[in-house]
Amino acid sequence: MAFISSGYNPDKPMEGRITDIGPRHFEEFYPPVIKKNKGEWDYHEIVKPGVLKHVALSGDVVYTVRVGAARLMSVTHIREICEIADKHCGGHLRFTTRNNVEFMVETEAALNGLIADLESRKFAGGSFKFPIGGTGACVSNIVHTQGYVHCHTPATDASGPVKAVMDEMFAYFQSMTLPAMVRISLACCLNMCGAVHCSDIGIVGIHRKPPIVEHDRLDNICEVPLAVSACPTGAIKPTKVELDGKKVNSVAVNASRCMYCGNCYTMCPAMPLASGEGDGIVLMVGGKVSNRISMPKFSKVVVAYIPNEPPRWPTLTKMVKHIVEVYAANAKKYERLGEWAERIGWEKFFELCDLEFTHHCIDDFRDPAYYTWRQSTQFKFTKHVEA
Amino acid sequence: MAKHQTPLLDQLETGPWPSFVSDIKQEAAHRAANPDGLDFQVPVDCPDDLLGVLELSFKDKETHWKHGGIVGVFGYGGGVIGRYCDQPEMFPGVAHFHTVRLAQPSGKYYTSDYLRGVMDIWDLRGSGLTNMHGSTGDIVLLGTTTPQLEEIFHDVTHKMNTDLGGSGGNLRTPADCLGKSRCEFACYDTQDLCHTLTNDYQDELHRPAFPYKFKFKFDGCPNGCVASIARSDFSVIGTWKDDIRIDQDRVKAYVAGEFKPGGGSHSGRDWGKFDIVKEVVDRCPTGCMSYDGAKLSIDNANCTRCMHCINTMPAAVKIGAETGASILVGAKAPILDGAQMSSLLVPFVVVEQPYDEIKEVIENIWDWWMEEGKNRERVGETMKRLSFQKLLEVTNTKAMPQHVVEPRSNPYIFFKEDEVPGGFAHDEKAYRQRHMR
Repeated sequence: MAFISSGYNPDKPMEGRITDIGPRHFEEFYPPVIKKNKGEWDYHEIVKPGVLKHVALSGDVVYTVRVGAARLMSVTHIREICEIADKHCGGHLRFTTRNNVEFMVETEAALNGLIADLESRKFAGGSFKFPIGGTGACVSNIVHTQGYVHCHTPATDASGPVKAVMDEMFAYFQSMTLPAMVRISLACCLNMCGAVHCSDIGIVGIHRKPPIVEHDRLDNICEVPLAVSACPTGAIKPTKVELDGKKVNSVAVNASRCMYCGNCYTMCPAMPLASGEGDGIVLMVGGKVSNRISMPKFSKVVVAYIPNEPPRWPTLTKMVKHIVEVYAANAKKYERLGEWAERIGWEKFFELCDLEFTHHCIDDFRDPAYYTWRQSTQFKFTKHVEA
Repeated sequence: MAKHQTPLLDQLETGPWPSFVSDIKQEAAHRAANPDGLDFQVPVDCPDDLLGVLELSFKDKETHWKHGGIVGVFGYGGGVIGRYCDQPEMFPGVAHFHTVRLAQPSGKYYTSDYLRGVMDIWDLRGSGLTNMHGSTGDIVLLGTTTPQLEEIFHDVTHKMNTDLGGSGGNLRTPADCLGKSRCEFACYDTQDLCHTLTNDYQDELHRPAFPYKFKFKFDGCPNGCVASIARSDFSVIGTWKDDIRIDQDRVKAYVAGEFKPGGGSHSGRDWGKFDIVKEVVDRCPTGCMSYDGAKLSIDNANCTRCMHCINTMPAAVKIGAETGASILVGAKAPILDGAQMSSLLVPFVVVEQPYDEIKEVIENIWDWWMEEGKNRERVGETMKRLSFQKLLEVTNTKAMPQHVVEPRSNPYIFFKEDEVPGGFAHDEKAYRQRHMR
């Protein structure tokens, strides 16, 4: 391999340097029909699952075909997306917040050609490259994080469970049969990159073992006070440890106070806590970010631990599917998963969804805990109340 | 012939959903074949080795990426995240595998020319693998080596006329919904506001000066398609002040079935004939709507702009004409003290260039947070620690009932000294003249 210079001269790093120019202006990328009708849209329809029709006051129409995608994409795959955009859409496309790709055309004839083309493309392993869906009362694409593919703190993988869950949810992605949209998100640890904590179904990686303390190198690579102050529960204190007859500065972890958030590891690499045995998934339900009808809500923990089961996470996928199916059978039209659970009461939710209610589902973390305990005699009798 | 056996990952090639495993394999084969005759600047087999290390993680159920690594480009404190594999001998192709964040254009519209340009850089100088897009919104280029970073930055700025995104304790790459470009609900131009603020605050984006990360997100309406209320320190959410506009003829058309409710959002199942009273009027959270069989009426003074009637009948019921946005502050994920949503600070602001009113709020918050915030404390946590009143004070905002869901139920009220006649001092002598010890 011969080094190919871009023109950058390391001896004169400032020569011709361009900085702080920000992103390209969005208007450069607008399809003509979008540019022409911006701010003048009248209404929209969903022609069929995954196909939107926006009608402008001018009478112009734009059809959008939304396709699901694995967020992790290769250069080759993106070039194929570009090829499709060139062939059908005058070289324009966009991505959505939920990692879908949208192709836009202006006529029904172009729409039909585009759809046929998209549906015909498959990966060598047999999966669709560009499945059409993700509109209306559906399960949309899963927003997710990096997982084992690229992250240094995950408690579960991201791309793997997402693929497994979306395979199970595929029919719901390609149809609009649910009472309302169901947004599923995955965060591979408690840092929760993305709004997983406000999703209809949140899949969250958790550790369950306190950190390992590497006394032999902690003081060399960490600031002890930072590691101590990183702990939200005060479980870490400075200590001195004798190693090979020498006293070294280190920290001690009070294991019973640790809730495995990993914040200490973020501050101090000598405190790793990943564990094949301990790590797994928390399943959260009922969050939303929309202000529609009810206020935005956090997701609630309904399953405190599901083991990591690569490659296809069968327990997780089964539970997600079951919850979606019970919701679909019971909720009212327009009712989000969390709104339904609140209407029937969470005790009823656990009963209907056949979920075990464990002591882990009762909040025990500071003030937020108290606000979730029941201060009322208004409850429903379910099978959980014995005798 | 694959470099590593991946029996576990291979099981993720089946099923209908797009398989990232198939895609990485496709890229591995592409690089091995090298049809364009590129002199790859990072190991040609890094996609193979990424599959290898991922397979090992599936077996171990633990990640194999090391903690940290400070790398970047000259003069920037963000935009590149160092990443090293903890099994470099087994997987030399990904031993050094840094991430580069690229600033995405507002609304994530692209031309194929632009994307191809970025891909050409990443084919030559990176792993050929990306995230489209990262959680914050950037284009994420996965996997390159340290000697390539300045070269990539040079290519990105000189050839693509674009810039790196943010990482670390700075302003993160702002993100927005597609707004007015293709949505009839957008109450302001999210893309223009996002682009303008991104460019105006490039220094804050690239040179860490904050206690921790700070995120702007821009939603065009209360539907919240970019989830700004849940995932940004500063959430701008479109809204309107005047009356919802109703086209009564089109309302009748919805009732008659000429338009599908929700634009057809529920057409996959037979929910029965559209019933405007049951599905719209009775579902209105404030009960401010009525339908007399011919005319839909809204008591707008009692409307909280939840969007349900508009979402359900987009052709007939429209956002008001006096549009702007609400500003909410302080959302974050659970670490450290539990999750927070953004709290309403400015109920209504006009959103027009040059956006001075919005910038004033931002800069007041930053000044305060940089002064008072602890290391790694999000502004939402600073608000919680020092009180919402303090936020009102530093942003010169008058308290109003819109700021709370309900007034406080505890009477432990902090008063300022100048709010009490005579200040906090007591006249001890006078007191003892009235009361024997």
